[in-house]
Formats: sequence, structure tokens, C-alpha cells
Amino acid sequence: MAAPLTLVLIVAVTIRAALFRSSLAELISERVEVVSPLNAWKRVVEGLALLDLGVSPYSGDVFHETPLIIYLFHFLIDYAEIVYMIADCITAVALYLAIQHYNKNVFRKQKYALEADRYPHDCLELMRSPKEMYYIPLQVAMFYLWNPFTILSCVAKSTCGLNNAVIALFILCTIKGSALLSAIFLALATYQSIYPLTLFAPALIFLLQRLYIPVNLRRPSFWLFTSQYAFMYFGSLAVIVCLSFFLLSSWDFIPSVYGFILSVPDLTPNIGLFWYFFAEMFEHFRLFFICVFQINVFFYSIPLSIKLKDHPVFLMFMQIAIISIFKSYPTVGDIALYMAFLPVWNHLYRFLRNIFLVCCVLLACSALFPVLWHLWIYAGSANSNFYYAITLLFNVAQILLVSDYFYAYLRREHHLSHGLYLKRKDGGEATLVLK
Amino acid sequence: MAARFSVTFLLACVALCNLQVYHVSGDLDQAKREPESFTEPNEVPVDEKLEKPSNEPPIVTDSKPIEEAQDDRQWQATEEEAMAKPEPGDDTAPPPPFKDEFKEELVIRPLQSGDVYASFQFSTLWDTDFVQGKRVSHYHLFPKSLGQVISKFSIRELHISFTQGFWRTMQWGQPFLPSPPGAELWVWFQDTVTDVDGAWKELTNVLSGIFCASLNFIDSTNTVQPTASFKPLGLGNVTDSRFLRYAMLPREIVCTENLTPWKKLLPCGSKAGLAVLLKSEKLFHSSFHSEAVHIRPVCQDAECKEPSWELRQTLNVVFDVYTSGQGKKEWSLFKMFSRTLTEACPLSSSSKVYVDVTDNPEGELFDLLPVSPLLDQAVVLGDRRTYVVYDLTNRDTFGSTRSLNLLVRWKADGGEMMRPLLHSERYVAGFGLQTGEIHTLIYNYHPYRAYPVLLMETVPWYLRLYIHTLTVTSKSKENKPSYIHYQPSKDRLRPHLLEMLVQLPPNSVTEVTVQFERALLKWTEYTPDPNHGFYVGSSVISALVPSMVAMDTNNTQERPLFSSFFPCKEESSYFARVYTEPLLVNLPTPDFSMPYNVICLTCTVVAVGYGSFYNLLTRTFQVEEPSPGLAKRLANVIRRWRGVPEL
Repeated sequence: MAAPLTLVLIVAVTIRAALFRSSLAELISERVEVVSPLNAWKRVVEGLALLDLGVSPYSGDVFHETPLIIYLFHFLIDYAEIVYMIADCITAVALYLAIQHYNKNVFRKQKYALEADRYPHDCLELMRSPKEMYYIPLQVAMFYLWNPFTILSCVAKSTCGLNNAVIALFILCTIKGSALLSAIFLALATYQSIYPLTLFAPALIFLLQRLYIPVNLRRPSFWLFTSQYAFMYFGSLAVIVCLSFFLLSSWDFIPSVYGFILSVPDLTPNIGLFWYFFAEMFEHFRLFFICVFQINVFFYSIPLSIKLKDHPVFLMFMQIAIISIFKSYPTVGDIALYMAFLPVWNHLYRFLRNIFLVCCVLLACSALFPVLWHLWIYAGSANSNFYYAITLLFNVAQILLVSDYFYAYLRREHHLSHGLYLKRKDGGEATLVLK
Repeated sequence: MAARFSVTFLLACVALCNLQVYHVSGDLDQAKREPESFTEPNEVPVDEKLEKPSNEPPIVTDSKPIEEAQDDRQWQATEEEAMAKPEPGDDTAPPPPFKDEFKEELVIRPLQSGDVYASFQFSTLWDTDFVQGKRVSHYHLFPKSLGQVISKFSIRELHISFTQGFWRTMQWGQPFLPSPPGAELWVWFQDTVTDVDGAWKELTNVLSGIFCASLNFIDSTNTVQPTASFKPLGLGNVTDSRFLRYAMLPREIVCTENLTPWKKLLPCGSKAGLAVLLKSEKLFHSSFHSEAVHIRPVCQDAECKEPSWELRQTLNVVFDVYTSGQGKKEWSLFKMFSRTLTEACPLSSSSKVYVDVTDNPEGELFDLLPVSPLLDQAVVLGDRRTYVVYDLTNRDTFGSTRSLNLLVRWKADGGEMMRPLLHSERYVAGFGLQTGEIHTLIYNYHPYRAYPVLLMETVPWYLRLYIHTLTVTSKSKENKPSYIHYQPSKDRLRPHLLEMLVQLPPNSVTEVTVQFERALLKWTEYTPDPNHGFYVGSSVISALVPSMVAMDTNNTQERPLFSSFFPCKEESSYFARVYTEPLLVNLPTPDFSMPYNVICLTCTVVAVGYGSFYNLLTRTFQVEEPSPGLAKRLANVIRRWRGVPEL
């Protein structure tokens, strides 16, 4: 398996290196779909330049990276391209290993269930074979590395690639069962962009499941492990934040990074829902809607955790997808991360309802983004509504994609417990509906 | 010092009683209310009213009808006083009740381009101290409204200018007092002021009322604290920029409503002296118009132990006589101002008209009528100029017609103008509404000397500057600034401030470029005409330009006012300030008609997400039982009613 993975990596690095050397690199790094005010490379360079001038990078409103990023690139500014390529490779390899491990677990569980004769007899065609599962990890790595979104994000040197690497490492550590490393990487991811906070629940559920501790609020063992994990998580978060404080000896970065993410003051267009909404918002409703939109991102983690408490990895996928759709400054790099998971759910394909439509819309929107941007900003023949319309459609497509996978997953689970070919009372072929 | 002040005060009181000058003791509110009356729209007859001879007091303080009778007496009294003045060296003369004096001056410089540059300067000097904790309530020549502002806000220095049009340095040379298009205000506060920002905010609102201008639009988003470019011009060597505030309103339109309150600050108003020439219908029919007020403490005497306050009002105007004179370059006072001079301001101790005849030493270029025997030489902006002087306090100046109408008849085409040594241009490069680049070109035309200049750029926050893209090149080589002060912007709070010291090589162009990104604003933050664009104020270039002529540093009273404004220590150079063009930058705009639609559509998308997740989270899969047909359901209802088993 190592050889194909190496090949994938080599091809991916070659594509990136070629693009870095081409004239496209500069064009890509200016695209609003690829970079947001939060992770643009231009702003990282600006922050370092401000530091060189003796001005705190957080005294202005251009730099919104965390102090650790400054520290990292203070030393690696000349090797930035290599850093980003390595970050992408780390993400891919981490996802590869994590999914490999996860698939092994899935297969083992399926085997036990089959041996215990827990599945209805007509569900044999839903069973997963080692043959089809064999290439899934490689597909995941490929989906991440060869995804045009990832390539664009890497060539634009968006720090989103680094965040993705941290999240991928977190997933790997969680699936491998290392609670401490998982907590540390989760803290790092949270420190970078707040939103991965919602990944706390799936990680906890996964680790509990691994230790065969049932999610039961009355069990002391549950509370013991939860508090252990929470302590590790918050402890490492506190350590990282304090470390940042000591790097610059000021707390300026808190409002400048987290305040900036949460209060959305920069309305530069991006592929998300926030920019035009808050550009057009009535002033006295602004605070209310900012609260609503931010709570919206975090809120889904509670019902999803309850519904998917037996499937933490799928829960993780759902959370990452929701974050990348509803976060305040999304870029295509965020989308690439959850899209890398799609091969893992290959077996849900037969239950997807509108995957064709969604794929077409996503492709069409991706092509239309630069076109309508050009018409608005450069040609002057369109206005902001055109670009806004495309972001709306793009987000609807993403929502449909995610909810379709959610539907398919739930439906498969239903079939696994109730049989694939359901009969009506009168013996006719039954149709399943949500009630 | 205190004893001396109390004596002065006593003397002032005695004089007041003797002269029966009406006693004014109002608070600042009164002063504030007064100029507000100018804001009345369509006060068309302002000029007519001021034109007709009336008994209104020459000093703009209060104009209650009861006091009119007393005003007449004051006219005469001060006139006597002014007449008694010409022997200041005489020790036996009684000390004047108010230790203040007023001087007025008009410099006319015919420009090679065919335009005529006229610069009025009115200076009021008062040996008093507004900030020693003592309330100054008796005003004579100094306008009370400004005096109260100085003492209320503890101002050390105040400079304000309103300009319509752009000064073309390459065609017109250096102005005596440069000013940027629009409004400019910079104030040094005393170091006793604790809440400088609060004082600044209040001050801008008060000045807005006094000058009838939109200075109330000055807020934290266009105020900066330059560290090096704006040093105090008067007494005191403060360098702590915490007490300095600088703001520019490049979009401010200057018109009659600003001129009228400005004229009212003059002791004679616009009824006598040089100010009779200031008729708005002519002044605003010009290529360039700039009026300014500068207040600063200066030395009282050579020992410089005590300060006195100088109020200098300047008005610069460039007339395009070439166009308005049907292609003829002839000009006269009457042609330009539609008035002639008939007398000096009775309150002034000096009233002079200077005409620059440097290019015309033998009279071969033009004839200047009437002929005046007085000649004066002064070193202005590094250049020795020769002026013909008309002393208005001398009756002979007006001749038999009792009016002075300067007249120039051209005999030949103008000679070569000396090219200004320092010049600059600025423009925005790039296309589209996403990014752009500000280019500032600074020209040093000096053939062999390099000199440093201070460049100050203030860029509003919605153009996000990237300082790492800053490049400074001269003669196609990188020219590293020796000093850079950069304050990045805060969204909706403060602008970018970039100050740097650049060495200009001789005979070179230095190009400063910096890239910026255009922000999308909230729809309520756009101006009513968003597609017109947003103005970026002029950048300021301050320099000590080496002069050909050694500078005369002997600070005597004999020097003409226009040559003595900026203090100059170095003999071989003079201080020059150049303002570049303001920029007009377009920003991307949202659709202003869409707020409801956008809110509805975006909320719909969020609801689609929420709804589909909610559906999947709360419902479970169930086998659908087909519902029976309508006839069957009806039959069942009847059967249930009859008590028969259902179908």
C-alpha cells in the first residue's frame, strides 16, 4: 500500500511545485474564494513586516493569525512553499492512516455482528467486503491531495492548509486511541480557529467507545474519563494560549483573532453566507443576527451527538462539514477537508438521493465564481448580487450534499436493523419515509 | 510675572472705562451661538449688508442695538489710538490700553502662466496669555470667539485651512502658505490637557460652528497624530505627538458661507482696509482659493520671556485673468476684485500692498500703475524677490482719485519661471475594485544637492495598506527610508498613518508605491453617492529645501509677513511643505436596494440547512402505509356512525 500512496504524494507535490513556479500562483493567491482575511498569506507577510517595523501585528486590522503562526513563519518564511506542501502531505497521510485504522475497526465490528447473527438476512448486500474497503484510504488521500480546492489553497499559501493538517492529526490520534495527543491537537485546532471546539464531542464519544465505557450520565466511569479528557483539552489550550502570550507579551491577539472570527467585521466577499448578509444588515439587528449565525455553527453538535452517539467518526465528518459551511470566513480549503471523507462513505452511494444534481451544482458554481467575480469587480457589468447568488447556490448545494449523506447513513443503519426489503402490512413493497 | 499681568489688567480696565467700550462678558456658549447664525441658509444679502455703511462695531464681538451709540465712539477712539501709534519707540507715550496690534498685507505676484496670485495676510498680535489660568474677558482686536476657544480647550497652536482647488506647483511656483484641497486642521494642545481626544472632538464641533464648515465630520477615523511632519510653529519646543491632532477633509467644499465668518474675525470686518476686496462673487470665480487661520504663541520681544498670541488670517487666491480677460493678461485690482482700495483699516498699524516685480526690474515686461517709489526686497522660499510697496496708511498712495487701483499692462510675454525645487504627484494605479497601488512621485529638481523629505500619508481604513509592499525607488535603485513610522488602521476606528524620511538624490524622481486592498463596507457606511468614489486626503511632504540665497535669520519686525512664517534655522535652506493631489478611489458596492431580499434569501438558505438537519435528527424511518381513497374513507365514516365494522 505504501507504493501507491507515495505515488499519489509525488504527483501532488509535483503539481503544487509546478503551480508555485508558474505565473498562476500570484493570481490564485488573490482569489477571494481561496483566501479569506483570516488566512491570506499576504496578511501573514504583512504581520511579519509589522513585527520587523516594531509595530505589534495586532495593533492594526490586517493580521489575524495566531502568534504561533508568526513564530512558525518567523523562521520558515523562506521555506513557506515547502511548509505548505508538507502540511498537505501530512494531512493526506494522517487521513490515510486514520481511515485505514477506522476501516479495520468497522470490518471487525461487522464480522462480530455477522457472527452474532445480528443483521437481518436480506442485508447481505449491505455488508462491506474487504476488497472494496481496501482502496478507501488511498482514495481519501487522493481526494484530499488531488482535489483542485486543496491545490488552490496550497498554492495560495492559505494557512487553512495548516489548520487542516492539525485537524487531520487530531483525527488520526483520536482513531488510534491516544487521548492525550488527541486533546493536544484538538486544542491546537481550536486555538487556530475556534470552531473545531465542536469536535470535542465526537472525539470524546469515540474514545469512550474504544474503552467500552457506555455513554451514561449516571456512570462514574463516564464522568471520570470525560473530566480527564476535558482537563487534557482545556489544559493544553491554556498552555498554548499562555505560550502565545509569552511570545508577544500581550493579550492583543485574543480580540484580534477570536473577536475577529466571532464578530465578523471584515466583509470581504468569500464563499460563505456571512459577508453579504452583514453588509446589508440593518444596524440595530446586527448583533442579534451575529449571535444567531454563530450559535448556528455550534448548536448542531448537541443534537448530532445524541443522534450519532454510536458513530463518532461520521459525527466528526458532519461537524467538519457544518463548520466549513457555516463558519464566518470559509474558504475552499475547508471544503476540501470534509470532501476528503466522501470516499469513506462509498457504501452509502445507493441511498444518496440527489448526488448527481448536487455535484453538477457544485461544479457549475465553482466555475461561475471567478466569472461573476470578474464581471462585478473588473468588468463592472454585473453587481454584487451576481456573486452573492452563486455563493447562495454553492452553500445550498453543500447543505444538500451533507444532509444527503446524513440521510443515507441513517437509512443504511435503519436497514441494518430492520432488513433491506421491507414489506407493507398487505405484503406489497414498502417505501420508507421519515416520520 | 503675575504682578506685571495684574498691572496690565488694571490698565486695561481703566482704559475700558475711559473709552466706554462696551463690556462683554459672555461665556463660550454665546460665542458659539453667534457664528451659528451664519448657518442660516440663503443668507444672500450677507455681502450687501456688510457693504452698506452701518454703525455696526468693527470688532466682531457682540452687536446688540443698545450699544450702537457707544460703538461710534469706539471707532474714533481707536482711530486716535492708531494715529498716536506711529512712534512706538517713544518712551513718553502712554502705554496703549490693549497691547495688541493689527497688520494687513496683500502680495500680488503675476505668474508666468498668465494667472495672478494674490495673497492676503492679516495678523493680530496680542500680548496676553490665554492659558495662565486667568480668564481673559476683554477683547479688543483679537476675535473673542477664537480667544475663548483657545482658553477653553488649552490650545497651544491651531491651524485651519479651507481650500477650493489644487495648487499647481509646477505652473505657479511655491505658495507662501501651502494648503491641501478641502479642509485641514491641526492643533497642538497644551500638555496640561488630559483628555486630548475629548477636547479635540469638542473643538472640531465648535470650530465647525465658528467657520460654518463640516468639521464635525472629523472623528477618530480621519484623525492622526503625526510624529514628525507637524512641529509647532510658535513658541515652545514640544515634540510629544500625544498632544497633536491632525485631520484632513478632502471632500470639503469651500464657499461663501466659510468666507463670511472668516471675514468677521477681522477687526475691520470687510468694511475697511484690504478686506474690502474680499467679495465672494469674485473670489470664488478663481482657479484656486484658500483661506486659513493660524494661531500660535510667539515671542513678545527679543528677550522672549513672555509669549504673545498671534492670529494670522491668510487668504490666497489665484485668478485666471487670461481666460476671464478674453485672452489678455492685463489685470487691475478692479478687474480682479471688482473693488479698489480707498483706505487702510483704521485699526491697523501697518497696511501694505506688495507687487512682485522681480521679473520686471527695468519695466521691460509690464508697466505697473500707479508708480510707487517704495521698493522692498525679501527672501521668500529660498528666492530673493523684489517688491513694489504701496503703503495704505500714507494718504499719498491713493492720489487725487482717493482710490488705489493697481494696474498692469503687459509689454512682452513673461520670462522664465524658476522651477520649484520640490514637487510631487500622486495617483492610484491598477484596475478593478479589488486591489490597487498608490504611487507618490517626489521630484527633486535641485541640480546638485540631495536633501531629505518627510512624507506623510494618511489613508482611510477602508483601503487596507500592505506595508510590506512599500517600495521607495530613486533613479531605478532602491532608496531605503531612514525613518519609518507606521500605524496600521483599525477598522472603523482609525486610519493608516505612514511617515517616512526619504533622502532625495539630486535631480531625481523618487517613487513611493504601496499596495492596498479595497474593503467592502456595510451598506450604511457608504456616502450618498457611493459610485462617485471615496477621497483620500493629500499626502504631505515637508522638507528643508536648500536655497540658492542665504536665508536672513534676523527676526526683525521690518520683514514682510509672508516671508516669516515657518521658522528656519538653517541658513542655506528653507522650509517647504508640498501637498499632493487628493485621491479619488472607488470601492466595491453592495446593491443598496437589497437589504430585505438579502436577509430573506440568506436566512432561507440557513433555514434549508437547519430544516433538513432537523428533519433527519428528530424523525425516524417508517414504512409508509398508503392512505385509503376518498370514497373508502367516506364509507368508513358512515360505517363508524352506524356502528358497523370498517372496510
